[in-house]
Parts: sequence; structure tokens; C-alpha cells
Amino acid sequence: MSTDEHKANINKNTNTDTGISISNNNKTVKKLLLVVIAMFGFGFALVPLYDVFCDITGLNGKTNSTAVAYTASSVDESRTVRVQFITRNAKGIPWAFEPVINEIDVHPGEMKLVSFYAKNNATHDIIGQAVPSVSPGLAANYFHKIECFCFTQQPLAAGKDVEMSLQFYVDLELPTDIKTLTLSYTLYDITEKSS
Amino acid sequence: MTTDVIEQDSHDEHHDEHKMTGIKRWLYTTNHKDIGTLYLWFAFIMFLTGGALAMVIRAELFQPGLQIVEPDFFNQLTTVHGLIMVFGAIMPAFTGFANWMLPMMLGAPDMALPRMNNWSFWILPFAFAILLGSFFMESGAPNFGWTFYAPLSTTYSNGSTAFFVFAVHIMGISSIMGAINIVVTIMNMRAPGMTYMKMPLFVWTFFITAYLLIAVMPVLAGVVTMLLTDTYFGTSFFDAAGGGDPVMFQHIFWFFGHPEVYIMILPAFGIVSTIIPAFSRKRLFGYSSMVYATSSIALLSFIVWAHHMFTTGMPLFGELFFMYCTMLIAVPTGVKVFNWVATMWRGSLSFETPMLFSIAFVILFTIGGFSGLMLAMTPVDFQYHDTYFVVAHFHYVLVTGSLFSIYAGAYFWLPKWTGHMYNDSLSKWHFWCSLISVNLLFFPMHFLGLAGMPRRIPDYALQFADFNKWVSIGGFAFGLSQLIFLAVVIKCIRGGEKAPAKPWDGAIGLEWTVASPAPYHTFSTPPPQQDIDNANQHEH
Ligand code: HEM
Ligand SMILES: [Cu+2]
Repeated sequence: MSTDEHKANINKNTNTDTGISISNNNKTVKKLLLVVIAMFGFGFALVPLYDVFCDITGLNGKTNSTAVAYTASSVDESRTVRVQFITRNAKGIPWAFEPVINEIDVHPGEMKLVSFYAKNNATHDIIGQAVPSVSPGLAANYFHKIECFCFTQQPLAAGKDVEMSLQFYVDLELPTDIKTLTLSYTLYDITEKSS
Repeated sequence: MTTDVIEQDSHDEHHDEHKMTGIKRWLYTTNHKDIGTLYLWFAFIMFLTGGALAMVIRAELFQPGLQIVEPDFFNQLTTVHGLIMVFGAIMPAFTGFANWMLPMMLGAPDMALPRMNNWSFWILPFAFAILLGSFFMESGAPNFGWTFYAPLSTTYSNGSTAFFVFAVHIMGISSIMGAINIVVTIMNMRAPGMTYMKMPLFVWTFFITAYLLIAVMPVLAGVVTMLLTDTYFGTSFFDAAGGGDPVMFQHIFWFFGHPEVYIMILPAFGIVSTIIPAFSRKRLFGYSSMVYATSSIALLSFIVWAHHMFTTGMPLFGELFFMYCTMLIAVPTGVKVFNWVATMWRGSLSFETPMLFSIAFVILFTIGGFSGLMLAMTPVDFQYHDTYFVVAHFHYVLVTGSLFSIYAGAYFWLPKWTGHMYNDSLSKWHFWCSLISVNLLFFPMHFLGLAGMPRRIPDYALQFADFNKWVSIGGFAFGLSQLIFLAVVIKCIRGGEKAPAKPWDGAIGLEWTVASPAPYHTFSTPPPQQDIDNANQHEH
């Protein structure tokens, strides 16, 4: 049997039920390739989807990234929420970075001002960026920052230190089962990225 | 008689015309059987390579303290071991089965896209050359786990991320091409009269698996691309400093990762569903329910990914959702186990080696399923997560599950592939040595995990010493036992008792209607309807 004959045989040996032929193969391949491309795109689409989803639901503990106005109508003195502050340095930033007070009790609706201390222990200037996160994650949407050092970058000359402030209030609507909130800041060196 | 002669005749002619000799035959081949053979050998070589890495891991863990390797190198070993076993051994082995068996089971002359088939195999060795080559680079091999969580693989990478990403891209392209070929073959190349519900369950499982691959391998390609740009081009997909989110990495990865584990087990279901009926001398119990169970497992596998992330601080609703969805998968899985047992029920069983591996599969895979169910319970997963309990779980489903099914299938079809019967007593040695050692290797890991031994560590607290010693002994024994299989295969290729066209009296399927070894070209003309009806797995 020659190669051509054999190919012809392959063509003959097709599913007569559905009238399949080589051209149908090409059609199927094209459809499947479309799925492949769509799913590759879907992988990337997950990024904005994830952000939107978390924004709406406040699932991953991300707090507001720009200042909000104080809008609480009253202060709920019947409830007390403990807000804890923790700090952490990401890889490679030699700053001392810590909260001035470790925790504070607040009533929902009550505005508070706390500060954080940072000192650049390196021998060169560094620009830092603190990224906040609230735990439990569901509380993030109820934690409002009116003013925060994390809204801007923090340039610190070698050896200099600074006290940075955070002004916040806890929403009156905070679910009642949440009694403690932990606000965690991770400090990153973004000198390279911002230059 | 006459057909036999004709078959033989055309076979010889083809031999002269199409087959090149030496290395060229293998480099240029578009023949599904050649490519199947290439995949199977490649998978086995990778299995031995990944196994060698595991031997070093178990040698280090034989005693507490650091004896043989540095912690960083230890991490490279676990990472590359995992990557090789998943992408280099289990997946290519199944693709090898697909290539060899699908055209024959469908009564088709070859895969639908023979040239692409050649490509999808031949790019694989390059992927693994890059991955393994990185051991010899300055950076060392990837050390961030087969799950390559950011920021371990970005900010904290040892510099191997680029090689890793490149290798994964090639593996992904290879898998996608292989999967497209499988889907097109099954959709378009079935012999006339072979309707979807007459296809062997083996074909169904590969069909569904191929769809899973097409759906999730591109997502894997996407996530490693983000990793690459985060590491080298200043993007911040997973970098909180730039507004990204490292937990998002886990979501995208496991969106691929959980369907991936089913990619590694559904074909195993297909193989076992072929073998158990053959040696029970009955039809498969509940063929249609098997098809539906497989499909629903595949669909459900897209909505359970976060059971790998229970401890990332998800809200209660999320924890519950993913817990219940995960437990739901146990239902169709249970249907399958039930059907295998029901197939054996009152069958006239015989215990040839493929059957032994299949029965071991049913029992031991079920143990892995049970530990999976334990892990699926959110509150207890907080204790089990990232301990040896998880290691025990996935080795039960992957080694005594996927790998055992591959052995079962290999013994079942070796006579068809080589034309010789394998050496029976050697194969029994292989089975019993593997069975005993694999349990010595993986069962104590459950207890280690429950007692709190973390996974992926080169050293451990003293109280874990005794169990680890036994685990290591089991590991070495299991590793050595696999060399018996190598011996069986080589002997079987070289010679042995001549195999008839159908060496197993209870077997059904079109592949048994052609001679053993299967001629280079089969079903150049479609099989008669009678054969297709006989090959139908439905109970009558
Ligand atoms: C009844 C079915 C199953 C259930 C309920 C189940 C559940 C789970 C859960 C909850 C985890 C996460 C454990 C943790 O990290 O804390 C897990 C991990 C894992 N499972 Fe399963 N599983 C099942 C079947 C399978 C199958 C069939 C495979 C593969 C053939 C598999 C492979 C894996 C792997 C590889 C991991 C570990 C991933 C890693 O972190 O490296 N599982 N399983
Ligand atoms: Cu999973």
C-alpha cells in the first residue's frame, strides 16, 4: 500500500454517523485552540476579578487604600473593640519599625489617633512603603482609615527616624462576633521601584 | 485465516515503506504506537530519576539531624522530585497509554494529528533537561516546592525561577497538544457504529481528562508567566509592596492544581475499569453510572480548589463552601469504588498480576480517599495541613493509585505491545515487594503527620525518629522493587512465551481482535460492527 493509499484509507475510516473527515479535524482543533486561548486569558482575568471580589466582600483583609471621611453618626459606647497593631519588615529593609502602643480599646464610631515609629538603620537613604492588612479578613470593610502613613511612600534618610500617624475608626456596623481586630503592617523597601 | 494473512502482508509492506531505521525512526515517527512507546519509556526513565531523588530524601531523613545534604539542597530535592513525578512520570505515562490504546480501542488507524503527536512528545525531553540541568547551574534547582508559592518563588527565589518557568511552559505546551490530539481522535476517528456510549470506559476517562487538561494547563501557563514577570520584569501580581497579593497566587495555582490531581487519577479509573471486568469475567457494573461519575468528578474539581488553602484565613462561609464541595466529590468517587467491587462480586476471579495491581489499587486508593476526606474537614485540616499526613494522603492516591494503575495497565497490555507474555513469577515478585514496601513507606507517615511532623523539612524532632527509620527502609525497598519491573519489561521485549491475540480470556475490546504484537498499522479499514458490539462494556 502506498502512502497515499494509506492516507485515503484513513480518510475512508471515518465516522459515517457524523460525517467526519480531515477538515472536521481542523475544525475541532480550532475550537479547542480557542478554549486554550480563552483559558489562558481567564488565568489573567482572575487577577482583576479577585481584586473586585475582595473589594466588595472585604475577604482578604485589605483595607481602604485612600483616605475616607469620618461619617459615623454616633459612638456606640455599649461595645468595646480591641484593636491590636503588629508590624513586620519584608526581606531586606533594615528599618526599625514598630507601633508606639501595641493595642487600644475603642468604641465603634469613635475616632482614634495612634502612631508608629520608624528609623532607617541603614547607611543609605531608603524609601519605605507599609502595606496594611486586617485580621479577621471580614472586618476589613469595617475598619476605616481617615489618615494613614501607608497612603504615601515614606522616604527616610540614612540614620533618621520618624513618628508616623494613623487615624481611624471602627464602623458601627461591625459584626458583633468580632471583638478583636488585628491590624498588621508589612514594610517594604521600594527605593528601586520608585526611582 | 485469510484476514490474518492479509494483515501480515500489509504489515510487512509498511515495514519497508514507512519505518526508518535507528534513531531516525524514533525522531520522525508519527505512528501512534511508536509515540506511545516513547512516552512510556520516557515516563519510566523520569520515574527512576524522580525516585533517585526520593532515595536521597529518605536517606537524609533516616535519622534526625543533618547527615547527607544541606537544607537548601534538600528543598531542591523535594521540589524537583514532585515536579518530575507529576509532570514527567505520571502524566506522560498516561499519555503513552492514550497513544497506544485509543486508536486501537476506537478502531481507528492512528491518532487524528500524527505530526503534532510527534512534536508533543519530542519537546518533553527538553523541558526536563532544563529542569534537571538547573541542578548544575549556579542558582541550583528550584527549591520552592512543586507548588512554587509566591513569594518563595519570586522575592525569595534562588535564581532558578526562569529555568523553572521555561520548563513548565514546555511541559504545558506538550500536554495541551497531547490533549487536543486525544479529544480530536475520540470525536472524529471512532469507527463507524462506535457511538459515545459504546466507547470503552478507558476512552471516556481519557476524553474527560483531556478536556480538563485543555481547561487548566493554560491557567498554569498564565500563573507561571505572572511569576516570571514578577521576578524579572517588575510587575506586582503577587507582591504586596506593589499592590499585589501573594494569596492570589494560591488561588490561581490551585484553580489549576486541583483539577490537575484529577488529571492524574481519572485515567487510572479507566485502566482499572478495563482490567477488573476482564479478570472477574463479567461486564463492568454500571457502565453509564461510571461515565456520569467521571464527568461529575471532573466538573466538581473546578470548585474545590481552596481546600488547599483552609489556613490562609478565609472567612467562615468560604471554609464551609469548599469543605462541603470537597466532600461532595467523595460521592461520585464512592460510586466508582462501589462499581468495581460490584463487578468483582460473584465473578469468577483470577489473580493475574494486572488484577493484583488493580485490586490493590481499589483498596489503597480508597485509603487515600479517606485521608482526603479527613483533610477536607476544615477544622481538622488546621492540624493536618502541611504535615506528613498530607504527604501520606497524596502518596496513597498517587503511588498506590495512579502508579499502581499504570503498572496494572502495563502488565495487561504488555503482551499486546511486545507479542510476548511477561515473566509471571518475576511480575508477582514485583507486585508483592511493591505492595509490602509501599505500605511500610507511606502508612506510618499518617501517624507522623498526626503527631505533628511538618512536611518538606530535612531534620525533625527526636520523637519522630523510629517511624522515619521504618519509612526510609520502606522507601529503599520500594525503590529497589521497581527495578524488578524494569527487568520484567526488558525480558518481555526480548522474548518469552508467545502471546496470542487475546491472552486474557475475560478481556473485551477491539485491541484484542488484532494480532500480538499489534501490527505497526492497525484498523486501516474499520472493524466489523460485530466486533464493536462485542467490545461494548455494558452489562447484557
Ligand atoms: C476523595 C477524594 C479527595 C479528597 C477529599 C482530597 C482532599 C484533599 C485535601 C483537603 C488536601 C489539602 C490538604 C492540606 O494541604 O492541608 C489534599 C491535598 C492533596 N491531594 Fe487530595 N483529595 C482527594 C483525592 C485526591 C486524588 C485522587 C489525588 C491525586 C491523584 C489527590 C492529590 C492530592 C495532592 C497532590 C495533595 C497535596 C498538594 C500539596 O499541597 O502539595 N487527592 N487533598
Ligand atoms: Cu485538591
